[in-house]
Amino acid sequence: MRYLPLSDVDRADMLACIGVSGIDALFADIPRAKRLECDLDLPARKTEMEVERMLSLLAAKNVAAGAVPFFVGAGAYKHHVPASVDHLIQRSEFLTSYTPYQPEIAQGTLQTIFEFQTQVAGLTAMDVANASMYDGSTATVEAVAMAHRLTKRRKAILSGGLHPHYAEAVRTYAEMAGDDFLVLSPDILGAETFDTLVDADTSCAVVQNPDFFGNLRDLSDVAAICMAKGALLVAVFTEAVSLGLVKPPGAMGADIVAGEGQSIGNRLNFGGPYVGLFATKSKYLRQMPGRLCGETVDASGRRGFVLTLSTREQHIRRDKATSNICTNSGLASLAFSIHLTLLGDAGLRRLARINHANAVALADRIAAVKGVKVLNETFFNEFTIKIAGDAAEVVQRMAEKGVLGGVPVSRLLPGKGLDDLILAASTEVNTDADRAAFAEALQGALSC
Amino acid sequence: MTTRYTKSHEYVRVEGGMGVVGITDHAQTQLGDVVFVELPPIGQRLSKGDEAATVESVKAAAEVSAPVSGTVVEINGALADSPGLVNQDPTGRGWFLKIELSDAAEVDSLMDEDAYRAFLQAAS
Amino acid sequence: MLMRQTFGPQAAETEGPGAKTFTGNRGLEIEEGLIFETGRSEISGVDLDEPLPFKHRLGALERQEPAGLPGLSEPETMRHYVRLSRQNYAIDAGIYPLGSCTMKHNPRLNEAMARLPGFADIHPLQPQSTVQGALELIAELARWLMVMTGMDAVAMSPRAGAHGEACGMMAIKAAIAAKGEGETRKIVLVPESAHGTNPASAACAGFAVRPVPARADSTLDPAEVKRRLGPDVAAIMLTNPNTCGLFEKDVVAIAALVHEAGAYFYCDGANFNAIMGKTRPGDLGVDAMHINLHKTFSTPHGGGGPGAGPVVLSSKLAPFAPVPFLRRGENGFHLVEHKSEAPDSFGRIAAFHGQMGMFVRAFAYMLSHGAGGLRQAAEDAVLNANYIRASLKDLMSGPFGDRPCMHEVLFDETWLKPTGLTAFDFAKAMIDEGFHPMTIYFPLVAHGAMLIEPTESESKASLDLFVAALRDLALAATRGDIERFAGAPHYAPRRRLDETRAARNPVLKWTKPAA
Repeated sequence: MRYLPLSDVDRADMLACIGVSGIDALFADIPRAKRLECDLDLPARKTEMEVERMLSLLAAKNVAAGAVPFFVGAGAYKHHVPASVDHLIQRSEFLTSYTPYQPEIAQGTLQTIFEFQTQVAGLTAMDVANASMYDGSTATVEAVAMAHRLTKRRKAILSGGLHPHYAEAVRTYAEMAGDDFLVLSPDILGAETFDTLVDADTSCAVVQNPDFFGNLRDLSDVAAICMAKGALLVAVFTEAVSLGLVKPPGAMGADIVAGEGQSIGNRLNFGGPYVGLFATKSKYLRQMPGRLCGETVDASGRRGFVLTLSTREQHIRRDKATSNICTNSGLASLAFSIHLTLLGDAGLRRLARINHANAVALADRIAAVKGVKVLNETFFNEFTIKIAGDAAEVVQRMAEKGVLGGVPVSRLLPGKGLDDLILAASTEVNTDADRAAFAEALQGALSC
Repeated sequence: MTTRYTKSHEYVRVEGGMGVVGITDHAQTQLGDVVFVELPPIGQRLSKGDEAATVESVKAAAEVSAPVSGTVVEINGALADSPGLVNQDPTGRGWFLKIELSDAAEVDSLMDEDAYRAFLQAAS
Repeated sequence: MLMRQTFGPQAAETEGPGAKTFTGNRGLEIEEGLIFETGRSEISGVDLDEPLPFKHRLGALERQEPAGLPGLSEPETMRHYVRLSRQNYAIDAGIYPLGSCTMKHNPRLNEAMARLPGFADIHPLQPQSTVQGALELIAELARWLMVMTGMDAVAMSPRAGAHGEACGMMAIKAAIAAKGEGETRKIVLVPESAHGTNPASAACAGFAVRPVPARADSTLDPAEVKRRLGPDVAAIMLTNPNTCGLFEKDVVAIAALVHEAGAYFYCDGANFNAIMGKTRPGDLGVDAMHINLHKTFSTPHGGGGPGAGPVVLSSKLAPFAPVPFLRRGENGFHLVEHKSEAPDSFGRIAAFHGQMGMFVRAFAYMLSHGAGGLRQAAEDAVLNANYIRASLKDLMSGPFGDRPCMHEVLFDETWLKPTGLTAFDFAKAMIDEGFHPMTIYFPLVAHGAMLIEPTESESKASLDLFVAALRDLALAATRGDIERFAGAPHYAPRRRLDETRAARNPVLKWTKPAA
């Protein structure tokens, strides 16, 4: 088998050296009755060619985003990833290396983590960021847990503009821990207020910007309300490119920031692997979960980097750890960092402006379609459309016509009377022809 | 003034109803370079055996238990900037906190210097 | 300080070959500064055209201050990362004998398959009719996992092993609550040798942990387990093979006791590589087990992630599995995404559906091996570990005497004590010999643990060189030749790093030096 270097001669020699007659002697501790006497009921091995053939057939059954006019967002976004990003993350030394626990032979990984942490802190305008978490939703769960530890309170208020999957994940963990939470009703217009909601039992308010419906929110008001009551503001984002053009959470008083970094450097990948971004203020550093990389010097006086403040983590604190997290997003966070290095401030801003311009162009087009209304006053690259019809059916019909025209809100929020809403995103990959196709398909789907 | 020791390597140096609490030289050697100490708030009431503080080194974290019951009246602010004092001078400048004892009799059940030394000897 | 800013960090080197060159470089080993030192904010390595003038819809929320991110052109970016990569050890470069990590070869076919546009360029919320191929792959992978483990269901959504542990423990908690015992069963039994994620994950699900001591040979005694079982126990969390590399020979009896007491058996599947194709966790009485796709199924470690941790579940726990999960109907595959369609589900633990990128890779790996290949891989992994054990046992001590191990062999510091050297010193000296050290100081139950897991990917020649080098080092240690150990490593891109300084004065990002 091509991945197994031992030959039968090797195996025989090694068994002799060990001093046993056969390989099964080394499995003797498995109770006889529970040993498998023959191979599992699974197919025999396939050659590389056969695997390619089989998986290509499966892949061909899916409609790739790049093959059609594509406007699907709702927490994951199609952006162009430069060829050098994917090339670099496939370098052996990045792809096949482990967590940098032996820093002398892992400075490649460690320095890139340090750069990533700096980039994330700068993007979010916060003091310090960690080495990444699994994704935006679990980063949000961790942010709430961190707020509970800091305030010694156990009730979170989840905005009605928070991505429903994120809210559900926070809810699951809260129910398991016996914590309190309040989920506000879906806030389509971004109009909810928190004055009467935050009280002495509240540990944090969790607010997303741009929100799930695309609205832009000024978080400073919520931040002030929280501060007055001794609570914390957890600011969430699902579209990292928005930070190139929209006021960052750190500039609006956020205490903890949890976000999704997929938009930068990472493909859609049907939902994973993605990259959770996590940042906070210096004073909260010791309660921050996840890996951290810090600068230091080596025995020769040269600058170097090491994982640090590990005593917060599971392998030392066990049940008292700040989190149970073990892996970070490694390669996905490296891809994020490389793409951002290529972009720089100038490139990121330009990319964000193109995204916004395309979304504005799409909104203008849609305004011309009968029976359709764009609800948002403000947005970045995604907004909510109200139609005269069932959104899920309309989106399905559009797909049958070869246009992936957004996400019906009812897919994530069923049974809430939001069945006539579609979320449409437009990034730099969309052309005029795409937008025309969208409008046409939408029109056609509505008149069925 | 009497100094007593616990099996978990804390010491308490008692004088006139007040006790200075810290960790022993053995404990600091085991921990390695101390990087951070978390101390309780002034006014905190502790029972004997309660978790009073945590001490973190590069590779380990340990709880510091209250050797005696009482109220925290002072904490060592110098440890915030210089956690290394715990390594350099654990029984002197590396002290953690001062307790006002609520039950002076508790001291008698702790080990004295000789008993602690014997305890360390037996464990090694 | 001026040189440091212009040329990077090497200027301060005070000894070694780097101190002899102007640049601080040593032949192919290049010192590389931070992007913040070499990049410029007006440069960009991506060509983008300014949009035509338009009326923005940002309200008053346009960003005013830039993020402070420098840009690099494409050639500068390539150099930066290529130079950094060359300071990393990697599986592709040498043996990575980390116990409990299963650092096996990462096949490149997996990378190619994961990048097929039909897998990489699809959105999780596209209409399900447009992604049937992806759902079919997930279903097939799930089927392989169930057949290999002899279990009835699998939760595919956990993003990593620890996430899977939390998921499994939450399913158990939901099952207990469904029986009306949620207020009484709040304790989870965890062996003292367990990986730190176990108690941490139990805590995530709202449980408290009760430790179970092991026998001298590291395995659990059913009597000790029984003594700690009771109406307040929700589950036991066991790793099998255990963290010391041995199969828990009384696992069936322990499972029976646990079930009799009304509790569940969670198995940490980190060491599944030792037993795949040889026995099935389901047959041993396991109720839930997470599988680390990045360990047993070769998905790349990527410098620390991403992982994937699907959890196989018994029929007792299957109803409580999190959403989303797949159902197969006449119209094809359907993702069940809401508790309204699955009322017993304990809920959702993350956005979207799971680590599809890792599913494709793991599936390609499984297809490439087939049933026979997977069994062969487990046998070779165990054979390789025992070969190392047999070749070093006369020099290096272990806690269990001369007995076979499974896929990893545990040595301890006893043999080093007279030399005054520690496992740490020994590990650092291995770096100079061109090897990544084994896992040290885990599991905590051994004194100065040194846990070696070669995996099935090592050839006999590779193992022979590794063993010869370790023997040489061991003999040097016992002879008292401490120069190879004192201050090691000497030849790596960096000497020993000051971790105390990093922790006492954390510098976690670059800041512009004061003018």
